[in-house]
Amino acid sequence: MNEANADLLRTMYQVALTIRRFEEAAIGQYRLWNIRGYFHPYIGEEAIAVGVISALQPDDYIVSTHRGHGHAIAKGHDTRLVMAELFGKATGYCKGRGGSMHVSNLGQFNLGANGIVGGGIPLATGAAMGMKQKGSRQVVVSFFSDGASNNGVFHECVNMAAIYRLPILYVIENNHYAVSTPVEQSTLLRDLSKRSESYGIPGLSLDGNDALRIYQAMAEPLRRARVGEGPTLIECKTYRHGGHHINDPGAYMPKEDLARWKAHDPIDVLRDYLAAAGVTEAAIQTIKARVEEEVAKAVEFASQSPQPSEVDFLQEIASL
Amino acid sequence: MAMLKYRDALRLAIKEEMERDPLVFCIGEGIGERGGSYKVTDQLYKQFGPGRVIDTPISEASFVGMAAGAAIVGNRPIVEILFVDFACLAMDQVINQAAKYHFMSGGQGFVPMVLRTQGGAGNSLAAQHSQSLEALFYHIPGLKLVMPSTPYDAKGLLKSSIRDSDPVVFIEHKLLYMTEGEVPEQEYLIPLGKADVKREGTDVTLVTYSHMTLKCLEAAERLAAEGVEAEVIDLRTLVPMDRDCILASVKKTGKLVIVHEACKRGGIGGDIAAMVVEEAFFDLDRPPVRIAGKNTPIPFSLNLEKLCVPSVDDIVEAVRSLG
Ligand SMILES: Cc1ncc(C[n+]2csc(CCOP(=O)(O)OP(=O)(O)O)c2C)c(N)n1
Ligand SMILES: [Mg+2]
Repeated sequence: MNEANADLLRTMYQVALTIRRFEEAAIGQYRLWNIRGYFHPYIGEEAIAVGVISALQPDDYIVSTHRGHGHAIAKGHDTRLVMAELFGKATGYCKGRGGSMHVSNLGQFNLGANGIVGGGIPLATGAAMGMKQKGSRQVVVSFFSDGASNNGVFHECVNMAAIYRLPILYVIENNHYAVSTPVEQSTLLRDLSKRSESYGIPGLSLDGNDALRIYQAMAEPLRRARVGEGPTLIECKTYRHGGHHINDPGAYMPKEDLARWKAHDPIDVLRDYLAAAGVTEAAIQTIKARVEEEVAKAVEFASQSPQPSEVDFLQEIASL
Repeated sequence: MAMLKYRDALRLAIKEEMERDPLVFCIGEGIGERGGSYKVTDQLYKQFGPGRVIDTPISEASFVGMAAGAAIVGNRPIVEILFVDFACLAMDQVINQAAKYHFMSGGQGFVPMVLRTQGGAGNSLAAQHSQSLEALFYHIPGLKLVMPSTPYDAKGLLKSSIRDSDPVVFIEHKLLYMTEGEVPEQEYLIPLGKADVKREGTDVTLVTYSHMTLKCLEAAERLAAEGVEAEVIDLRTLVPMDRDCILASVKKTGKLVIVHEACKRGGIGGDIAAMVVEEAFFDLDRPPVRIAGKNTPIPFSLNLEKLCVPSVDDIVEAVRSLG
């Protein structure tokens, strides 16, 4: 491992840990009723957002899902403003209009989370079409999970992206469930990347808990996209550490499966890479302390922020 | 009489109809072993098995259309779409296929399916999980539209919807599932197209449906304390609509207030007001009033969400303003 690699790993570890601690803190706030509505934690899947997004340029676009906090944080969003949006506060990225399922920040090229499963796939494909029209080198990443890959828009979009050679990466975060429906019950395919063959494009199936491997595997799909060769379908296999959303205990998830995946925790995988790269325990502790502090500040900022103004809202909608 | 929750009354209706008619089956996401997110189909999988309580992938456009296809060949599918917002994905199959099939086939074919779904604001679920979209279905000839407000109505109307020979869109409200009410032990049906006068009164007619019925009844109690007797008509079925019930009440009271949660523009309230003005203009002492949701996507933040949906205060105020 050279120094550059160690730097990259340190950053990836820090971002992954930030996502983990952010979600844990937000869950705590949800239990205190400071966050309402639906909340789908990204815990266990951090390596995908981190691995894919660290391979992007800052002005590459992402399109996220209902399980979108991790994508936002990996894209470099201010955790205070993400947390404030979860709190529904005026200072959040969407001024409290969106909430957990709709966090977006166009300034950092995140077109947003989505409450409609598969709803982001056409938006992402359209953004890629826009990039191609403009002659831009920007690439779009469309994140979604196994469940969304059974919706018709997936088929229509991947096919069109293929024939138009659009600069897009379709990343399936295969966490093996759509709510309580195991992936084995929603498709007979075991490697979802095999679907790429029916569109005549390349497909990859990756260990979704290994951020470094994912990062490395992005080089070729990104090259293809940037030179106009078209899309790639990338499956990252992973597993939720809990139920579908905060209030789902996930009793249907077999204990042995959960234990096996938890033993292959994406945060630990990165930590082992760090140790192998010669990063000291003390340096790791420093990163942890920094992350704890950032997340605590995010919670404090969100707590102290004002509710959205009712007067402003009524004015805003008067012309709708 | 037993006290039942709205969701349990719905389940009982499905269970009884599945026992009565082997051609009735349920299809939707997570409705099998898990029993559905709002637990309406809980335990049905155990009783009827995977052949009649069918879990689907997230493929709304297709499984709604598949239900229509199965209905055409004589089955009686009950489709569950967890949120009415997601019914938008299946609109081609609902509007262009199911709604028109009977007519286009010159009356040869029927589409006896029920599309059960759920809408409404109130839980901070934001813009894509809180809509009231009934006007979209109301606008389409060929569909029936049912929106019950009580466990009793829910059960009787769902059973009639399952037995009906046309496609019925049956919209529940997320804030009603845990409400309780009396439901008879013995079997009963409520015919589609019959409104229910939930409270009699002589001074003003409140026409409403679904969750807003509860708010209108509360408003009526407050108004009674001021000496104003409001008649509360719960439409229960929007298509076909019980016009006679509305017109008879307006004849008596001379004042009409229509209350719904869906946004005002293009809402069903406008159609009811127009109908009463056309049919009974000279029975009205005042212009009709519509109290409806704001014309906006529903915001996430609870303090803003509250502003979008009519409150009991809004209803009381509207009646007071009629003098
Ligand atoms: C069109 C649509 N259908 C159903 C839902 C309800 N729903 C929300 S999340 C979800 C499961 C999604 O599964 P998957 O795509 O695998 O994403 P994951 O939750 O695993 O990240 C479902 C069915 C929805 N939001 N949108
Ligand atoms: Mg999934």
